[in-house]
Amino acid sequence: MSAAETRPRAPRRRGASPLAPWLLLAPALLLLLLVLGYPLFHLIQISFQNYGQSQLWGFIPPSWVGFANYSKVLGDSFFWQVVLRTIGFAAGAVVLTLVLGMLVALLLQKVSPFVRTLINISLVASWSMPIIVAVTVFKWMTDADYGVLNSLLSKIPGVHMLGHDWFVNTWEGFAVIMALVVWGAVPFVAITLYAGLTQVPGELEEAARLDGAGAFKVFRHVKLPLLKPILVMLGTLSVIWDMGVFAQVYLMRGGHPEPQYQLLSTYSFNQGFVTGNYAAGAAIAVITVLLLLGVIAVYMRQMLKIGEVE
Amino acid sequence: MTDTAAGTARAVHSTPASIARPALRRRNWGRTAGKSVWNLIGVVVFVVAGFPVYWMLNTAFKPAKDAIDANPKLFPTSVTLDNFSRALNISDFWGPVTRSLIVSLSTVAIGMVVGLLAALAISRFAFRGRKVVIIGILTVQMIPLVAMVIPVFLLLNDFQQTNKITGLIITYLTFVLPFTVWTLRGFIVNIPKELEESAQVDGCTRTGAFLRVVFPLLAPGIVATSIYGFIQAWNEYLYALVLMDQHNTTATVWLGNFTTQHGTEFAPMMAGSTMMSVPVVILFLLVQRRIASGLTAGAVKG
Repeated sequence: MSAAETRPRAPRRRGASPLAPWLLLAPALLLLLLVLGYPLFHLIQISFQNYGQSQLWGFIPPSWVGFANYSKVLGDSFFWQVVLRTIGFAAGAVVLTLVLGMLVALLLQKVSPFVRTLINISLVASWSMPIIVAVTVFKWMTDADYGVLNSLLSKIPGVHMLGHDWFVNTWEGFAVIMALVVWGAVPFVAITLYAGLTQVPGELEEAARLDGAGAFKVFRHVKLPLLKPILVMLGTLSVIWDMGVFAQVYLMRGGHPEPQYQLLSTYSFNQGFVTGNYAAGAAIAVITVLLLLGVIAVYMRQMLKIGEVE
Repeated sequence: MTDTAAGTARAVHSTPASIARPALRRRNWGRTAGKSVWNLIGVVVFVVAGFPVYWMLNTAFKPAKDAIDANPKLFPTSVTLDNFSRALNISDFWGPVTRSLIVSLSTVAIGMVVGLLAALAISRFAFRGRKVVIIGILTVQMIPLVAMVIPVFLLLNDFQQTNKITGLIITYLTFVLPFTVWTLRGFIVNIPKELEESAQVDGCTRTGAFLRVVFPLLAPGIVATSIYGFIQAWNEYLYALVLMDQHNTTATVWLGNFTTQHGTEFAPMMAGSTMMSVPVVILFLLVQRRIASGLTAGAVKG
């Protein structure tokens, strides 16, 4: 590797030693290695060990058990229910978030400035609400006895919802939780997509319209392709966030989600900190990370492309 | 209606000489009529999206007895601050808030210093392994926090750092640091390299050029990133729940425990929620536009 081979974006400068970037990176890399690298290694390690309360307190040293934790977890039909429920929940939440976010972004382009400001206020307010606050508010709104949701629905003629408990039926319960997740996630998607839409050159749209394209065709063939990179990023982030939904379920169910409300995140937490079987919890966490790796790969390719452009 | 009438009148008055114009005018008419429909939908979106926030504030300022009504009034009839004093007295409020402040501020301070150096390295230097570092930082950002709770707890347990603020700060760096590096990188990339290079031509050292030229331009980005990082740390729930004892908890966990400790007092609970979110909302309003553009600048360009 001679100096001539280095990329043009890095002209050789006076005093720039090849060590400089590594010195700048060192603190960050060391910290990440300590706070993430080691725990990740430890996570994989204990997923192959016998690790419970006795090992935690140091009464018994952990012993290697090979794939026993995995075969136990994977051989449990309940685990597969949780996996399917988590994937179904995440898929529903991601699709809803992206579709609603896109619709709101397109709407923002159509409305007059005053209405746009109104929508922006509500979007930013719900975006910035701490998750914990949002959960508390939704719990209050869907309260069986005093919740405003039941009261509002009961105002529709022929509907009697007073005293209705939304969490008896898991479909209804997850609908509430999904509404909560989507309500919190749409603003980021909508505002980001709106920012992207404003960068779509007007001439392109005009040209498509002159060629006879309607609103939908302009969207499909002009706007969508240009927004694709943003959509991939938003989609990936949404998948990762929605697969990791924890506080929403945990708190909505008062800190003790019933079996039919367990998602991978709460189940792993439950196995570790409630049952005291840290090894099983770790195995479930490793499986979750592996499930997400596929999604991450797509995102990574996208980000690397961006890195190359710069 | 007036739009329609005006549009028709204008269309009638148009001269037949201009062929393109009537079509253009009809489209304008269609646009204004269409616009009020869009505006109407927009107002509906505003109401639906804003309702939970409104309902929180509405309950927080209601007399507590009005909150437990099966048919709650949509608009307040009387306003009180009692719920706020009740919320402050239900259990220690300032302790958790102080701890949250210490943890969030320390996390951001460490994250910013360390993150800025790293962001500089990956955005202003070409070196072997740069790509690997970028992939590493991105991957790390993608690991779900939930997956890491068990090993982080065990790690801190080994070092007797559970239930200690230092342990929580170190833990919060797992998500604040990668985010900081990646966002600052976005801001640095947007500052033209030529500025630095011309300063160097004028005799500045590389460090001097950075401090005099880049740093001032980067300052707003640094402020925005810090505030956003602060909000993330302030809002974190899971690690605080696992790592801290009940009497040593942070603000988010304090709010989560509200119901179980003293039955459910809805009105004070909403007052507590309001107190938790108002500072966050204000900080967030200050930076959200900048953060959104910083995060997506690269994506839009690519």
